[in-house]
Amino acid sequence: MANTKLMGLFQEPEQVASAMTQLKDDGFPAEDLDVYSGSPFPEGSFGEHEPETRLYMFPLVGALVGFAIGLLWTAGTQISYPLVTGGKPLLSIPPMTIIMYENTMLGAIIFTVLGVLFESRLPRRKLGLYDERITEGYIGVIVDCPEDRAAKAESLLTGAGAEEIKRDEG
Amino acid sequence: MYHRRTLTDAQINRELLDVVFRTPMWWVAIVSVLGIIVAGAASAFGFMMNQGLGVTGLQQPIFWGFFITNFIFWVGISHAGVMISAILRLSQAEWRRPMVRAAETMTVFALTVSLLQPLIHAGRPWRIFYWVFPYDWARGIWPDVRSPLVWDPTAIITYLTSSTLFVYTALIPDLAVIRDRSTGWRRTVYGILSLGWHGNPRQWKLQGIAGILLSALILPVFVSVHSIVSWDFGVSLVPSWHTTVFAPYFVIGAVHSGVSAVVTLMIVMRKLYKLENFIWEEHIDAVARLLIVVATAWMFFFWLDIVFGLWLREEQEITVWQLRMFEPPWSWLFLAFIMFSYIIPVPLWLFRRVRRSFTWMLWTSLMVNVGMFLERLIIIVPALMRKGPWTFTFDTYRPSAVEVTIIVGSIALVALLLMLFSKFFPLIPLWEEKEGQKLIDEVKVGDRVIPALVKEH
Repeated sequence: MANTKLMGLFQEPEQVASAMTQLKDDGFPAEDLDVYSGSPFPEGSFGEHEPETRLYMFPLVGALVGFAIGLLWTAGTQISYPLVTGGKPLLSIPPMTIIMYENTMLGAIIFTVLGVLFESRLPRRKLGLYDERITEGYIGVIVDCPEDRAAKAESLLTGAGAEEIKRDEG
Repeated sequence: MYHRRTLTDAQINRELLDVVFRTPMWWVAIVSVLGIIVAGAASAFGFMMNQGLGVTGLQQPIFWGFFITNFIFWVGISHAGVMISAILRLSQAEWRRPMVRAAETMTVFALTVSLLQPLIHAGRPWRIFYWVFPYDWARGIWPDVRSPLVWDPTAIITYLTSSTLFVYTALIPDLAVIRDRSTGWRRTVYGILSLGWHGNPRQWKLQGIAGILLSALILPVFVSVHSIVSWDFGVSLVPSWHTTVFAPYFVIGAVHSGVSAVVTLMIVMRKLYKLENFIWEEHIDAVARLLIVVATAWMFFFWLDIVFGLWLREEQEITVWQLRMFEPPWSWLFLAFIMFSYIIPVPLWLFRRVRRSFTWMLWTSLMVNVGMFLERLIIIVPALMRKGPWTFTFDTYRPSAVEVTIIVGSIALVALLLMLFSKFFPLIPLWEEKEGQKLIDEVKVGDRVIPALVKEH
């Protein structure tokens, strides 16, 4: 059976917490529920399902990539155009570390931002079920459920104080 | 105790997005004036490219003048932006909320303008590509990674990219707010920029982690950038430059001038954009306390620089310091620099009334930056005058009208970029303010009502 998405719009966080509790008590899986808000609330305010992220891996990988590029750049240019100065080794380590350090940090930062976007599931081409009032202070509770459970979800959302219910058939 | 007005999300949107959705006449007037000044500076630069560097005051033996001074100055200004934002985010200081975006944005624009200065100074800016990029263009010669000419752009481009990404990441939720209030092409543009942001708990959690993680990564970059800029001087053999104290001295000087610039920016923003509900006396007071510590640390390193210079009693070093401190016009500039950077402002900041006065703080913070510009000029020019035994050329440096026009234009360019930014994006993070509003509830303890948010005090 095709799934449908419902969004209940609430004004108060307490109503949202109550709606989430009732939905979960009624057998709606936590991973099929979501909450949209215009500003952050303390983690777990609504008893929402929050999968773990692997963001911490991204800066590490980025740092390694940046370091490798830095090493390639600094060693490669010196080897390609050898300037032997005073009989010293061709590869001059102190200035190489400056550039390798900057590249390492740059790689870590770029990969962190990419990681934030990837883990946030961004970018998205379409907004889908959404309401502009969310950025005015409303809170939206999203329920992704089979068609035959939609009526139950709607009644629970309305019962918890939803001002409006929106539906996305797609 | 803070007397914060309780605002709804809709009120915060309305007040902070006022200029984004409405174009006041004062904004048009200021942008026009700044645009004319920038156009004047661009013309002066065009004239200089056409005529050559002879139209500047640079001459033997002084080949670093206003442009390099301005480069150091703007790199310095750029430092406090991300530094203040990163440290306040990491320490979860509540008073960071109204100032982080403006400080970070100022970093991006100050760095952009600082990058322009060596290009202008080169006279023929396209040649810089031969020095910097690791690509064998035509001559079979690769840029030498042992040269500071390669270190500087590497460090500054790293910092600029990082700061821009830092600003953009924190801007995404606010772009969604503008998207939701826009129509037509603006909605499309902000829709693309906000990347389809919904504001679910996962996205908010990552937004919080990103703020802390990026702050932690940018802080070491910030320290490295001005250290590397200081090594432009430190690795040379010029008397008074060849010293190990330059890296921390430059970094702390950058923080001093940069935090002062943040104070100036916040006060001007508050007045122009009517942000009285968001920027209070308590915020300026908190930054002024920080400035007292930073300025005193900077003064310590300045003192160390003098001690390091004079300790070995080398004639060349002593001559440069004599020139800086006792021979006009440098002695007058030295006096102005020390008075403006420390002796006048810091004792004033010890008074609570001064710290909480927007007028006093505006003028003292501006004064610090005049002083810090003079500091960089005094570090650079007298050291290059080669005054000493067996010197055949000994002349001073007088900046020409072309250089002065370009310097004024660089200040106008930073202001213009900030004004343009404020037309399209909020200068105070909406979501941070909204989050702060949730945390201001009061708790009754016995007969006293105290704010729930203890971190603000």
